[in-house]
Amino acid sequence: MSGLNIKNSEYVHETPNQNPPPSGRKKKNNSLLRLLNSKKVAPYIFVFPFILSFSILTLYPTIQAFIMSFQRILPGQVEFIGLQNYERIFNQTFYKALANSTMFMLLTVIILVTIPIILAILLDSNLVKSKTFFRSALFIPALTSIVVAGVIFRLVFSESDQAIANQIIGFFGFDPVRWQFTAWSGMFLMVGMAAWRWMGVNVLYFLAGLQSIPKELYESAEMDGANLFHKFRHVTLPFLQPIIIFVTTISIIGGFRVFEESYVIWQGNSPGNIGLTLVGLLYQEGIQQNDMGFGAAIGVVLLILIFFVSMIYLLVTGAFKRGDE
Amino acid sequence: MRKNNIFIKWIVNIFFVFVALIALFPLISLIVSSFRPSSELMRNGISFSFVWSELSLRNYIHIFTESSSYWQWYGNSLIISTLTIVLSLFFSSMVGYALAVYKFKGRTIIFLSVLIIIMIPFEILLLPLYQLMINLNLINTYTGVMLPLIVAPVAVFFFRQYAMGLPLELMDAARIDGCTEYGIFFRIMSPLMLPSFAAMAILQGLNSWNNFLWPLLVIRSNDLFTLPIGLATLLTPYGNNYDTLIAGSVMTIIPIIILFIFFQRYFVEGLASGSVKG
Repeated sequence: MSGLNIKNSEYVHETPNQNPPPSGRKKKNNSLLRLLNSKKVAPYIFVFPFILSFSILTLYPTIQAFIMSFQRILPGQVEFIGLQNYERIFNQTFYKALANSTMFMLLTVIILVTIPIILAILLDSNLVKSKTFFRSALFIPALTSIVVAGVIFRLVFSESDQAIANQIIGFFGFDPVRWQFTAWSGMFLMVGMAAWRWMGVNVLYFLAGLQSIPKELYESAEMDGANLFHKFRHVTLPFLQPIIIFVTTISIIGGFRVFEESYVIWQGNSPGNIGLTLVGLLYQEGIQQNDMGFGAAIGVVLLILIFFVSMIYLLVTGAFKRGDE
Repeated sequence: MRKNNIFIKWIVNIFFVFVALIALFPLISLIVSSFRPSSELMRNGISFSFVWSELSLRNYIHIFTESSSYWQWYGNSLIISTLTIVLSLFFSSMVGYALAVYKFKGRTIIFLSVLIIIMIPFEILLLPLYQLMINLNLINTYTGVMLPLIVAPVAVFFFRQYAMGLPLELMDAARIDGCTEYGIFFRIMSPLMLPSFAAMAILQGLNSWNNFLWPLLVIRSNDLFTLPIGLATLLTPYGNNYDTLIAGSVMTIIPIIILFIFFQRYFVEGLASGSVKG
């Protein structure tokens, strides 16, 4: 993330010293106004709403989430129970949710990184006509809300043998599948929904990355006798690497956060918990069962999980290393 | 060699037609199905085999004449999205602008906290925020739904990046002419930032229009439901509301697709900057 030049002092003007405040009763009012309007004070007024909302809506709840995870919270009665919530977490249901969320994360990362790269490279080449149309077509699913996506997927993958999905596999000679009732097909529906909605956005990220590659590099590679694969391996991939890391990281985080894809198919009651995710479990325990302390503990575990997995990924790919090797 | 090239071109183009079909097919099938009898949809789902003569406007007539709660949800979604766009653009642009053009103590730490919030998953804040809303008596109110979206870190970040490119000489010129610091922002700089406002309006509008998990917690009563929450209540296996569900789903996405066709560029910028969601 080298673009986030935090200091970036060349853009900033030096603040000249303010004039000494004039005295006198009438001028006092005037000087307050002048103070409010000075270059020293104005930025704080601009950022004040952010500081306020950050403290109330992010900082406080984050700390509170950790505190709540050590509490038993009943209406009008809160007591500290130490690690009891955490001791209760690790049971069969939790492992099921963990397995589902992890599987969803792995599949979406694989699908939503590799396929968009291929699509973007093809779209960026001069092989494709009407690029704008194809780009827009891929992008439009990102505009649909998750509920509408759920309506569509439920009706396309209905268990009836008249529904499109079963008609298609029936055409190839397979028996109809009860898509929403078996573990593998349930996962397929959730991953399919996410892939359908986010494919176009990821293609855009990679297209932006591809457009920054100087064309001369390909020409000189060609002169050195490089074939298509060599060009991909030694020119395209190195240039795309920062974007690949970025897209993979947000897909890891987003993958572990999966909830809505599951909710719109099963409303939180999937047969044999085939669609139960970590956030789904948090919702079930914290909101529906009103056991907020236990729910908060699940949230903390989720946060730690996301943090470690994305850190490990970033360390392995060397994203923290500065400069070129 | 050249013949070979043309052959590859054909294959690639056919492949993309196929990809575009996969991407658009679900929406097209939803739109076509919305003209089919809802009982048929409930029983058999979306199907290739349907009779042309049974297509009708019945589901739409139902939604316009009988389903009053649908329009209530629509109105709620419109109000909440509009207010969210206006308020969040106002606050986020001020913050992003100040982070870009002023040098002041605490700037770095504020910018770092913007980046940190972008990375904190919202789900961890879910229960504490929910508890906070209960304590503030904001459950089941528009304010409760909008509050977490109002200062959007992604928008702050985007505005800051955009404002870094502003010509700072204009500020000095305006100061000499006696313009206040706030006047400089509202009258001179923010018009220059207009394209970033468009992109962020779309990002925030879409986020709010499609927002699901948070309103699901905050809103309790049917007359305050937003569209996604209202439609989700119809998603039951035994539902007899499939007419509202399917025609309503179509009418939820049509306005957005129309907006997309007109403002494509800003959609692409807005979503590419802000879809930190897998």
